[in-house]
Amino acid sequence: MSPSPALRISRVSKHFETGKGRVTAVDDVSLDIMQGEFISIIGPSGCGKSTLMNMVGGLLTEYDGDILLDGKKVSGCQPEIGMVFQEESTFPWRTALENVAFPLEAAGLTRDKRIARARDLLDLVGLSGFENHYPAELSGGMRQRIAIARTLAFEPRILLMDEPFAALDEQTRLLLGDKVVQIQNKLRQTTLLITHNISEAVQLSDRVLIMTFRPGRIKRVIEIDLPRPRSSEMMGSEAFGRYVAEIWQDLREEASKGLHDAEAAARQG
Amino acid sequence: MPVWLIRPPPLLSRLLVFAVLLGVWEAASAAGMVSRFIAPPPSEIFPAIGLLYVDNELTARFLRTFGEVFAAAGIGSGLGMAIGWWLHHNRTAGAAYTDWIAASAAAPLVLLFPLFLVLFGRNAATIVAMGAVSVMPPVILKTKEGLDHVRSVLIDVGRTFSLTRWQQVRMILFPAALPTIFTGLRLGLVFALINVVGVEFLIGFGGMGLMIAELGDRFEIAGMYAAILFVVLCSATFFYLTEKLETWLLSAR
Repeated sequence: MSPSPALRISRVSKHFETGKGRVTAVDDVSLDIMQGEFISIIGPSGCGKSTLMNMVGGLLTEYDGDILLDGKKVSGCQPEIGMVFQEESTFPWRTALENVAFPLEAAGLTRDKRIARARDLLDLVGLSGFENHYPAELSGGMRQRIAIARTLAFEPRILLMDEPFAALDEQTRLLLGDKVVQIQNKLRQTTLLITHNISEAVQLSDRVLIMTFRPGRIKRVIEIDLPRPRSSEMMGSEAFGRYVAEIWQDLREEASKGLHDAEAAARQG
Repeated sequence: MPVWLIRPPPLLSRLLVFAVLLGVWEAASAAGMVSRFIAPPPSEIFPAIGLLYVDNELTARFLRTFGEVFAAAGIGSGLGMAIGWWLHHNRTAGAAYTDWIAASAAAPLVLLFPLFLVLFGRNAATIVAMGAVSVMPPVILKTKEGLDHVRSVLIDVGRTFSLTRWQQVRMILFPAALPTIFTGLRLGLVFALINVVGVEFLIGFGGMGLMIAELGDRFEIAGMYAAILFVVLCSATFFYLTEKLETWLLSAR
Protein backbone atom coordinates (compact mmCIF):
# COMPACT_ATOMS: atom_id res chain seq x y z
CA MET A 1 0.00 0.00 0.00
CA SER A 2 1.46 3.40 -0.97
CA PRO A 3 1.80 5.98 1.82
CA SER A 4 -0.94 8.61 2.03
CA PRO A 5 0.03 12.09 0.85
CA ALA A 6 0.84 14.89 3.30
CA LEU A 7 -1.22 17.25 1.15
CA ARG A 8 -3.88 16.35 -1.38
CA ILE A 9 -5.29 18.86 -3.85
CA SER A 10 -8.34 17.27 -5.37
CA ARG A 11 -10.22 18.73 -8.36
CA VAL A 12 -9.76 22.29 -7.17
CA SER A 13 -11.19 25.15 -9.22
CA LYS A 14 -11.48 28.84 -8.49
CA HIS A 15 -13.60 31.40 -10.31
CA PHE A 16 -13.63 35.18 -9.88
CA GLU A 17 -16.47 37.50 -10.82
CA THR A 18 -15.06 40.53 -12.63
CA GLY A 19 -16.53 43.49 -14.50
CA LYS A 20 -15.98 41.55 -17.73
CA GLY A 21 -17.70 38.42 -16.46
CA ARG A 22 -16.68 35.22 -14.75
CA VAL A 23 -12.98 34.35 -14.95
CA THR A 24 -11.70 30.86 -14.15
CA ALA A 25 -8.30 31.26 -12.50
CA VAL A 26 -7.71 27.61 -11.56
CA ASP A 27 -9.46 24.76 -13.31
CA ASP A 28 -9.72 21.21 -11.97
CA VAL A 29 -6.25 20.92 -10.46
CA SER A 30 -5.35 17.71 -8.66
CA LEU A 31 -2.05 16.89 -7.01
CA ASP A 32 -0.70 14.66 -4.23
CA ILE A 33 2.35 15.88 -2.31
CA MET A 34 4.18 13.27 -0.30
CA GLN A 35 5.94 13.90 3.00
CA GLY A 36 9.40 15.43 2.43
CA GLU A 37 8.75 16.09 -1.25
CA PHE A 38 9.77 19.34 -2.96
CA ILE A 39 7.42 20.36 -5.76
CA SER A 40 7.64 23.42 -7.98
CA ILE A 41 4.79 24.92 -9.94
CA ILE A 42 5.85 26.84 -13.00
CA GLY A 43 3.66 28.71 -15.44
CA PRO A 44 3.21 32.01 -17.23
CA SER A 45 2.04 35.13 -15.38
CA GLY A 46 -1.69 35.06 -14.75
CA CYS A 47 -2.03 31.25 -14.86
CA GLY A 48 -3.41 31.04 -11.33
CA LYS A 49 -0.27 29.82 -9.52
CA SER A 50 -0.57 32.33 -6.69
CA THR A 51 -4.33 31.75 -6.47
CA LEU A 52 -3.66 28.04 -5.98
CA MET A 53 -1.03 28.86 -3.36
CA ASN A 54 -3.42 31.14 -1.50
CA MET A 55 -6.07 28.43 -1.46
CA VAL A 56 -3.62 25.87 -0.08
CA GLY A 57 -2.38 28.40 2.49
CA GLY A 58 -5.93 29.13 3.63
CA LEU A 59 -5.92 32.79 2.55
CA LEU A 60 -8.65 32.01 -0.01
CA THR A 61 -11.35 29.83 1.47
CA GLU A 62 -14.05 29.75 -1.18
CA TYR A 63 -13.28 27.35 -3.99
CA ASP A 64 -14.56 24.17 -5.62
CA GLY A 65 -12.94 20.83 -4.80
CA ASP A 66 -10.94 19.74 -1.78
CA ILE A 67 -7.58 20.56 -0.26
CA LEU A 68 -6.74 17.99 2.40
CA LEU A 69 -3.89 18.10 4.90
CA ASP A 70 -3.37 14.64 6.36
CA GLY A 71 -6.87 13.81 5.21
CA LYS A 72 -8.51 16.87 6.85
CA LYS A 73 -9.97 19.67 4.75
CA VAL A 74 -8.08 22.96 4.83
CA SER A 75 -10.65 25.62 5.67
CA GLY A 76 -8.48 28.60 6.56
CA CYS A 77 -4.99 29.50 7.71
CA GLN A 78 -3.45 26.99 10.06
CA PRO A 79 -0.03 26.62 11.71
CA GLU A 80 0.68 23.35 9.86
CA ILE A 81 0.95 25.29 6.59
CA GLY A 82 3.56 28.05 6.46
CA MET A 83 3.84 30.64 3.71
CA VAL A 84 6.73 32.71 2.39
CA PHE A 85 5.56 35.56 0.21
CA GLN A 86 6.97 37.14 -2.92
CA GLU A 87 6.73 40.63 -1.44
CA GLU A 88 9.09 41.79 1.27
CA SER A 89 7.28 40.69 4.43
CA THR A 90 9.67 41.14 7.34
CA PHE A 91 8.50 43.45 10.12
CA PRO A 92 10.65 46.61 9.88
CA TRP A 93 10.24 47.41 13.58
CA ARG A 94 11.71 44.08 14.69
CA THR A 95 15.31 42.88 14.53
CA ALA A 96 16.18 39.76 12.53
CA LEU A 97 16.02 37.70 15.72
CA GLU A 98 12.70 39.21 16.80
CA ASN A 99 11.26 38.65 13.32
CA VAL A 100 12.12 34.96 13.42
CA ALA A 101 10.83 34.64 16.98
CA PHE A 102 7.55 36.37 16.03
CA PRO A 103 5.32 33.29 15.53
CA LEU A 104 6.73 31.70 18.68
CA GLU A 105 5.93 34.85 20.65
CA ALA A 106 2.39 34.79 19.29
CA ALA A 107 2.13 31.13 20.30
CA GLY A 108 3.11 32.04 23.86
CA LEU A 109 6.55 30.41 24.09
CA THR A 110 8.81 31.73 26.85
CA ARG A 111 11.39 34.30 25.81
CA ASP A 112 14.36 31.99 26.39
CA LYS A 113 12.87 29.20 24.28
CA ARG A 114 11.84 31.40 21.38
CA ILE A 115 15.17 33.23 21.28
CA ALA A 116 17.11 29.94 21.31
CA ARG A 117 14.94 28.57 18.50
CA ALA A 118 15.21 31.81 16.48
CA ARG A 119 19.02 31.75 16.81
CA ASP A 120 19.13 28.17 15.49
CA LEU A 121 16.99 29.13 12.51
CA LEU A 122 19.03 32.23 11.72
CA ASP A 123 22.07 29.96 11.75
CA LEU A 124 20.27 27.53 9.43
CA VAL A 125 19.62 30.26 6.86
CA GLY A 126 23.18 31.59 7.19
CA LEU A 127 22.43 34.77 9.12
CA SER A 128 24.35 34.20 12.34
CA GLY A 129 25.85 37.49 13.45
CA PHE A 130 22.92 39.52 12.11
CA GLU A 131 20.55 38.82 15.01
CA ASN A 132 20.32 42.45 16.10
CA HIS A 133 20.13 44.00 12.65
CA TYR A 134 16.88 45.55 11.49
CA PRO A 135 15.56 44.59 8.02
CA ALA A 136 16.38 48.07 6.69
CA GLU A 137 20.04 47.33 7.42
CA LEU A 138 20.01 44.08 5.41
CA SER A 139 19.90 43.20 1.70
CA GLY A 140 16.79 41.86 -0.08
CA GLY A 141 18.22 38.32 -0.09
CA MET A 142 18.91 38.45 3.65
CA ARG A 143 15.40 39.73 4.33
CA GLN A 144 13.89 36.84 2.36
CA ARG A 145 16.01 34.41 4.35
CA ILE A 146 14.62 35.96 7.54
CA ALA A 147 11.10 35.43 6.16
CA ILE A 148 11.92 31.77 5.42
CA ALA A 149 13.40 31.27 8.90
CA ARG A 150 10.35 32.93 10.47
CA THR A 151 8.01 30.58 8.62
CA LEU A 152 10.13 27.55 9.59
CA ALA A 153 10.02 28.63 13.25
CA PHE A 154 6.48 27.30 13.47
CA GLU A 155 7.69 23.93 12.16
CA PRO A 156 5.00 23.72 9.47
CA ARG A 157 4.16 20.37 7.88
CA ILE A 158 3.95 22.11 4.51
CA LEU A 159 6.06 25.08 3.42
CA LEU A 160 4.57 27.20 0.64
CA MET A 161 6.87 29.63 -1.14
CA ASP A 162 5.37 32.08 -3.63
CA GLU A 163 8.24 33.27 -5.84
CA PRO A 164 10.33 34.17 -2.80
CA PHE A 165 13.36 35.17 -4.87
CA ALA A 166 11.53 36.98 -7.69
CA ALA A 167 12.67 40.43 -6.60
CA LEU A 168 16.34 39.44 -6.28
CA ASP A 169 19.14 39.65 -8.82
CA GLU A 170 20.21 36.47 -10.60
CA GLN A 171 23.43 35.90 -8.64
CA THR A 172 21.73 36.26 -5.27
CA ARG A 173 18.93 34.04 -6.52
CA LEU A 174 21.44 31.28 -7.41
CA LEU A 175 23.16 31.49 -4.03
CA LEU A 176 19.83 31.43 -2.21
CA GLY A 177 18.84 28.40 -4.27
CA ASP A 178 21.90 26.66 -2.82
CA LYS A 179 20.83 27.76 0.65
CA VAL A 180 17.31 26.33 0.15
CA VAL A 181 18.91 23.05 -1.00
CA GLN A 182 20.95 22.93 2.22
CA ILE A 183 17.84 23.61 4.32
CA GLN A 184 15.90 20.98 2.40
CA ASN A 185 18.65 18.40 2.95
CA LYS A 186 18.69 19.12 6.66
CA LEU A 187 14.96 19.34 7.39
CA ARG A 188 13.41 17.22 4.63
CA GLN A 189 10.69 19.87 4.62
CA THR A 190 7.65 19.21 2.45
CA THR A 191 7.65 22.23 0.14
CA LEU A 192 5.53 23.68 -2.62
CA LEU A 193 7.35 26.41 -4.55
CA ILE A 194 5.89 28.76 -7.12
CA THR A 195 8.44 30.15 -9.53
CA HIS A 196 8.96 31.64 -12.96
CA ASN A 197 12.52 30.45 -13.03
CA ILE A 198 13.05 27.09 -14.81
CA SER A 199 16.61 26.55 -13.50
CA GLU A 200 15.46 27.20 -9.96
CA ALA A 201 12.62 24.70 -10.35
CA VAL A 202 14.95 22.00 -11.73
CA GLN A 203 17.62 22.58 -9.09
CA LEU A 204 15.27 22.40 -6.12
CA SER A 205 12.46 20.04 -7.05
CA ASP A 206 11.59 16.40 -7.03
CA ARG A 207 8.76 17.19 -9.41
CA VAL A 208 7.96 20.22 -11.57
CA LEU A 209 4.35 21.01 -12.50
CA ILE A 210 3.81 23.04 -15.63
CA MET A 211 0.57 25.03 -15.69
CA THR A 212 -1.38 26.25 -18.71
CA PHE A 213 -2.16 29.90 -19.28
CA ARG A 214 -5.68 30.83 -18.18
CA PRO A 215 -7.52 28.88 -17.03
CA GLY A 216 -4.74 27.37 -14.93
CA ARG A 217 -4.61 23.61 -15.39
CA ILE A 218 -1.77 21.18 -14.87
CA LYS A 219 -0.32 20.63 -18.33
CA ARG A 220 2.45 18.23 -17.40
CA VAL A 221 4.35 16.85 -14.44
CA ILE A 222 8.06 16.25 -14.87
CA GLU A 223 10.02 14.18 -12.35
CA ILE A 224 13.54 15.51 -11.84
CA ASP A 225 15.80 12.53 -11.55
CA LEU A 226 19.05 14.27 -10.65
CA PRO A 227 21.29 13.23 -7.75
CA ARG A 228 21.06 15.25 -4.53
CA PRO A 229 22.44 17.42 -3.08
CA ARG A 230 22.19 19.75 -6.07
CA SER A 231 24.25 22.90 -5.89
CA SER A 232 24.11 25.65 -8.51
CA GLU A 233 27.31 24.15 -9.98
CA MET A 234 25.17 21.34 -11.36
CA MET A 235 23.46 23.80 -13.71
CA GLY A 236 26.25 23.36 -16.22
CA SER A 237 25.63 19.62 -16.58
CA GLU A 238 24.06 18.10 -19.66
CA ALA A 239 21.30 16.34 -17.72
CA PHE A 240 20.31 19.61 -16.03
CA GLY A 241 20.22 21.36 -19.41
CA ARG A 242 17.98 18.64 -20.83
CA TYR A 243 15.43 19.18 -18.07
CA VAL A 244 15.51 22.94 -18.57
CA ALA A 245 14.99 22.50 -22.32
CA GLU A 246 12.16 20.01 -21.79
CA ILE A 247 10.30 22.30 -19.42
CA TRP A 248 10.82 25.33 -21.66
CA GLN A 249 9.42 23.41 -24.62
CA ASP A 250 6.13 22.93 -22.74
CA LEU A 251 6.16 26.32 -21.11
CA ARG A 252 6.96 28.30 -24.23
CA GLU A 253 3.54 27.77 -25.81
CA GLU A 254 1.79 28.88 -22.60
CA ALA A 255 4.08 31.86 -22.13
CA SER A 256 3.34 32.95 -25.72
CA LYS A 257 -0.39 32.82 -25.03
CA GLY A 258 0.16 34.96 -21.95
CA LEU A 259 2.21 37.47 -23.93
CA HIS A 260 -0.41 37.72 -26.70
CA ASP A 261 -3.14 38.15 -24.12
CA ALA A 262 -1.23 40.97 -22.41
CA GLU A 263 -0.61 42.69 -25.76
CA ALA A 264 -4.27 42.39 -26.75
CA ALA A 265 -5.31 43.88 -23.40
CA ALA A 266 -2.85 46.76 -23.89
CA ARG A 267 -4.25 47.48 -27.38
CA GLN A 268 -7.80 47.64 -26.02
CA GLY A 269 -6.53 50.14 -23.50
CA MET B 1 35.43 85.39 4.15
CA PRO B 2 35.22 82.06 6.02
CA VAL B 3 33.18 79.26 4.41
CA TRP B 4 30.84 78.97 7.43
CA LEU B 5 29.73 82.55 6.83
CA ILE B 6 29.26 82.17 3.05
CA ARG B 7 27.39 78.89 3.41
CA PRO B 8 26.37 78.67 7.09
CA PRO B 9 25.06 75.38 8.55
CA PRO B 10 21.26 75.26 9.14
CA LEU B 11 21.36 75.99 12.89
CA LEU B 12 23.73 78.94 12.46
CA SER B 13 21.63 80.18 9.53
CA ARG B 14 18.49 80.12 11.71
CA LEU B 15 20.22 81.97 14.53
CA LEU B 16 21.61 84.56 12.12
CA VAL B 17 18.16 85.27 10.64
CA PHE B 18 16.68 85.50 14.15
CA ALA B 19 19.43 87.90 15.23
CA VAL B 20 18.97 90.04 12.10
CA LEU B 21 15.18 90.27 12.67
CA LEU B 22 15.72 91.28 16.30
CA GLY B 23 18.29 93.85 15.20
CA VAL B 24 15.89 95.35 12.63
CA TRP B 25 13.11 95.43 15.24
CA GLU B 26 15.42 97.11 17.79
CA ALA B 27 16.63 99.64 15.22
CA ALA B 28 13.08 100.41 14.01
CA SER B 29 11.95 100.95 17.58
CA ALA B 30 14.96 103.15 18.39
CA ALA B 31 14.33 105.21 15.24
CA GLY B 32 10.70 105.71 16.25
CA MET B 33 9.38 103.85 13.23
CA VAL B 34 7.54 101.41 15.53
CA SER B 35 5.65 102.61 18.58
CA ARG B 36 7.25 101.28 21.79
CA PHE B 37 3.72 101.02 23.18
CA ILE B 38 2.55 98.67 20.42
CA ALA B 39 5.77 96.68 20.02
CA PRO B 40 8.48 97.33 22.62
CA PRO B 41 12.05 96.64 21.48
CA PRO B 42 13.68 93.24 22.21
CA SER B 43 15.98 94.93 24.73
CA GLU B 44 12.87 95.54 26.90
CA ILE B 45 11.12 92.22 26.21
CA PHE B 46 13.95 89.82 27.13
CA PRO B 47 14.60 91.29 30.61
CA ALA B 48 10.83 91.16 31.20
CA ILE B 49 10.94 87.32 31.08
CA GLY B 50 12.88 87.45 34.34
CA LEU B 51 10.24 89.71 35.86
CA LEU B 52 7.53 87.20 34.92
CA TYR B 53 9.13 84.76 37.34
CA VAL B 54 9.19 87.27 40.16
CA ASP B 55 5.90 89.14 39.71
CA ASN B 56 3.61 86.71 37.93
CA GLU B 57 4.36 83.24 39.31
CA LEU B 58 5.55 82.01 35.91
CA THR B 59 6.43 78.51 37.14
CA ALA B 60 3.01 77.88 38.69
CA ARG B 61 1.20 79.20 35.61
CA PHE B 62 3.47 77.22 33.31
CA LEU B 63 2.76 74.00 35.23
CA ARG B 64 -0.96 74.70 35.22
CA THR B 65 -1.08 75.31 31.47
CA PHE B 66 1.04 72.30 30.64
CA GLY B 67 -0.99 70.11 32.98
CA GLU B 68 -4.07 71.14 30.99
CA VAL B 69 -2.21 70.57 27.70
CA PHE B 70 -1.19 67.04 28.67
CA ALA B 71 -4.67 66.24 29.99
CA ALA B 72 -6.22 67.50 26.74
CA ALA B 73 -3.62 65.66 24.63
CA GLY B 74 -4.18 62.43 26.58
CA ILE B 75 -7.96 62.53 26.32
CA GLY B 76 -7.98 63.75 22.71
CA SER B 77 -5.36 61.20 21.61
CA GLY B 78 -7.15 58.29 23.28
CA LEU B 79 -10.52 59.21 21.77
CA GLY B 80 -8.89 60.14 18.44
CA MET B 81 -7.12 56.81 18.08
CA ALA B 82 -10.29 54.92 19.00
CA ILE B 83 -12.34 56.84 16.42
CA GLY B 84 -9.54 56.50 13.83
CA TRP B 85 -9.57 52.75 14.43
CA TRP B 86 -13.35 52.65 14.01
CA LEU B 87 -13.21 54.62 10.75
CA HIS B 88 -10.53 52.24 9.46
CA HIS B 89 -12.45 49.17 10.57
CA ASN B 90 -15.86 50.31 9.35
CA ARG B 91 -15.36 51.16 5.67
CA THR B 92 -18.80 52.75 5.32
CA ALA B 93 -18.25 55.04 8.28
CA GLY B 94 -14.75 55.82 7.02
CA ALA B 95 -16.07 56.85 3.61
CA ALA B 96 -18.92 58.84 5.19
CA TYR B 97 -17.14 60.81 7.91
CA THR B 98 -13.45 61.21 7.01
CA ASP B 99 -14.09 64.33 4.94
CA TRP B 100 -16.03 65.91 7.81
CA ILE B 101 -13.16 65.31 10.19
CA ALA B 102 -10.64 66.67 7.67
CA ALA B 103 -12.81 69.80 7.37
CA SER B 104 -13.04 70.16 11.16
CA ALA B 105 -9.22 69.93 11.38
CA ALA B 106 -9.05 73.08 9.25
CA ALA B 107 -11.82 74.89 11.19
CA PRO B 108 -11.10 77.38 14.01
CA LEU B 109 -12.62 75.18 16.74
CA VAL B 110 -11.54 77.71 19.36
CA LEU B 111 -14.57 79.81 18.33
CA LEU B 112 -16.80 77.17 19.95
CA PHE B 113 -15.65 78.32 23.40
CA PRO B 114 -19.02 79.90 24.38
CA LEU B 115 -20.70 76.52 23.92
CA PHE B 116 -18.12 74.82 26.14
CA LEU B 117 -18.47 77.57 28.72
CA VAL B 118 -22.19 76.81 28.92
CA LEU B 119 -21.54 73.07 29.13
CA PHE B 120 -18.68 73.02 31.65
CA GLY B 121 -18.58 76.49 33.22
CA ARG B 122 -15.62 78.86 33.53
CA ASN B 123 -13.08 76.38 34.79
CA ALA B 124 -10.26 74.02 33.76
CA ALA B 125 -12.76 71.47 32.40
CA THR B 126 -13.71 73.86 29.58
CA ILE B 127 -10.05 74.44 28.72
CA VAL B 128 -9.19 70.74 28.72
CA ALA B 129 -12.33 69.83 26.76
CA MET B 130 -11.61 72.42 24.08
CA GLY B 131 -7.98 71.31 23.92
CA ALA B 132 -9.06 67.67 23.57
CA VAL B 133 -11.49 68.52 20.78
CA SER B 134 -8.70 70.25 18.85
CA VAL B 135 -6.37 67.27 19.33
CA MET B 136 -8.83 64.76 17.93
CA PRO B 137 -9.02 65.60 14.18
CA PRO B 138 -5.30 65.14 13.36
CA VAL B 139 -5.08 62.05 15.56
CA ILE B 140 -8.21 60.51 13.99
CA LEU B 141 -7.05 61.24 10.44
CA LYS B 142 -3.49 60.02 10.94
CA THR B 143 -4.60 56.90 12.84
CA LYS B 144 -7.00 55.98 10.03
CA GLU B 145 -4.39 56.77 7.38
CA GLY B 146 -1.72 54.72 9.15
CA LEU B 147 -3.99 51.71 9.57
CA ASP B 148 -5.37 51.95 6.02
CA HIS B 149 -1.86 51.85 4.57
CA VAL B 150 -0.50 48.84 6.45
CA ARG B 151 0.81 46.56 3.69
CA SER B 152 -1.58 43.66 3.12
CA VAL B 153 1.29 41.16 3.01
CA LEU B 154 2.06 41.90 6.68
CA ILE B 155 -1.56 41.16 7.58
CA ASP B 156 -1.38 37.95 5.52
CA VAL B 157 1.74 36.93 7.48
CA GLY B 158 -0.29 37.30 10.67
CA ARG B 159 -3.13 35.26 9.20
CA THR B 160 -0.80 32.41 8.22
CA PHE B 161 0.43 32.28 11.82
CA SER B 162 -3.21 32.08 12.99
CA LEU B 163 -2.96 35.25 15.08
CA THR B 164 -6.05 36.26 17.05
CA ARG B 165 -7.73 39.55 16.16
CA TRP B 166 -6.15 41.23 19.18
CA GLN B 167 -2.69 39.86 18.31
CA GLN B 168 -3.11 41.18 14.75
CA VAL B 169 -3.80 44.64 16.16
CA ARG B 170 -1.11 44.60 18.86
CA MET B 171 1.68 42.83 16.98
CA ILE B 172 1.17 43.96 13.37
CA LEU B 173 -1.38 46.71 12.68
CA PHE B 174 -0.42 49.11 15.44
CA PRO B 175 3.39 48.88 15.12
CA ALA B 176 3.14 49.12 11.32
CA ALA B 177 0.92 52.21 11.54
CA LEU B 178 2.89 53.82 14.38
CA PRO B 179 5.03 56.25 12.31
CA THR B 180 1.91 57.82 10.78
CA ILE B 181 -0.03 57.75 14.07
CA PHE B 182 2.92 59.46 15.76
CA THR B 183 2.73 62.33 13.26
CA GLY B 184 -0.91 62.80 14.30
CA LEU B 185 0.02 62.73 17.98
CA ARG B 186 2.70 65.38 17.45
CA LEU B 187 0.30 67.62 15.57
CA GLY B 188 -2.34 67.00 18.25
CA LEU B 189 0.04 68.02 21.01
CA VAL B 190 0.82 71.30 19.26
CA PHE B 191 -2.91 71.92 18.60
CA ALA B 192 -3.57 71.26 22.31
CA LEU B 193 -1.00 73.87 23.36
CA ILE B 194 -2.37 76.48 20.93
CA ASN B 195 -5.98 75.90 21.98
CA VAL B 196 -5.36 75.65 25.72
CA VAL B 197 -3.45 78.95 25.78
CA GLY B 198 -6.04 80.51 23.44
CA VAL B 199 -9.02 79.46 25.56
CA GLU B 200 -7.26 80.52 28.78
CA PHE B 201 -6.81 83.92 27.15
CA LEU B 202 -10.43 84.12 25.96
CA ILE B 203 -12.18 83.03 29.16
CA GLY B 204 -9.65 84.65 31.53
CA PHE B 205 -8.91 81.49 33.46
CA GLY B 206 -5.90 79.18 33.96
CA GLY B 207 -2.15 79.68 33.44
CA MET B 208 -0.15 81.21 30.61
CA GLY B 209 -3.11 82.44 28.52
CA LEU B 210 -4.61 84.23 31.52
CA MET B 211 -1.21 85.74 32.34
CA ILE B 212 -0.94 87.19 28.81
CA ALA B 213 -4.46 88.62 29.13
CA GLU B 214 -3.72 90.14 32.56
CA LEU B 215 -0.45 91.73 31.38
CA GLY B 216 -2.28 93.19 28.39
CA ASP B 217 -5.05 94.54 30.61
CA ARG B 218 -2.43 96.19 32.87
CA PHE B 219 -0.68 97.66 29.78
CA GLU B 220 2.55 95.85 30.71
CA ILE B 221 3.25 95.45 27.01
CA ALA B 222 6.88 94.29 27.33
CA GLY B 223 5.79 91.68 29.89
CA MET B 224 2.94 90.57 27.62
CA TYR B 225 5.33 90.08 24.69
CA ALA B 226 7.75 88.30 27.03
CA ALA B 227 4.97 85.89 28.03
CA ILE B 228 4.02 85.32 24.38
CA LEU B 229 7.69 84.72 23.54
CA PHE B 230 7.92 82.25 26.43
CA VAL B 231 4.91 80.29 25.12
CA VAL B 232 6.37 80.28 21.60
CA LEU B 233 9.71 79.01 22.93
CA CYS B 234 7.92 76.32 24.96
CA SER B 235 5.96 75.27 21.88
CA ALA B 236 9.11 75.11 19.74
CA THR B 237 10.92 73.10 22.42
CA PHE B 238 7.92 70.80 22.67
CA PHE B 239 7.90 70.22 18.93
CA TYR B 240 11.66 69.66 18.85
CA LEU B 241 11.55 67.12 21.69
CA THR B 242 8.67 65.14 20.16
CA GLU B 243 10.52 65.18 16.83
CA LYS B 244 13.62 63.75 18.54
CA LEU B 245 11.49 61.18 20.35
CA GLU B 246 9.88 60.14 17.07
CA THR B 247 13.29 59.83 15.35
CA TRP B 248 14.61 57.75 18.24
CA LEU B 249 11.57 55.49 18.38
CA LEU B 250 11.51 54.89 14.64
CA SER B 251 15.24 55.02 13.97
CA ALA B 252 15.47 51.34 13.07
CA ARG B 253 12.89 51.38 10.30
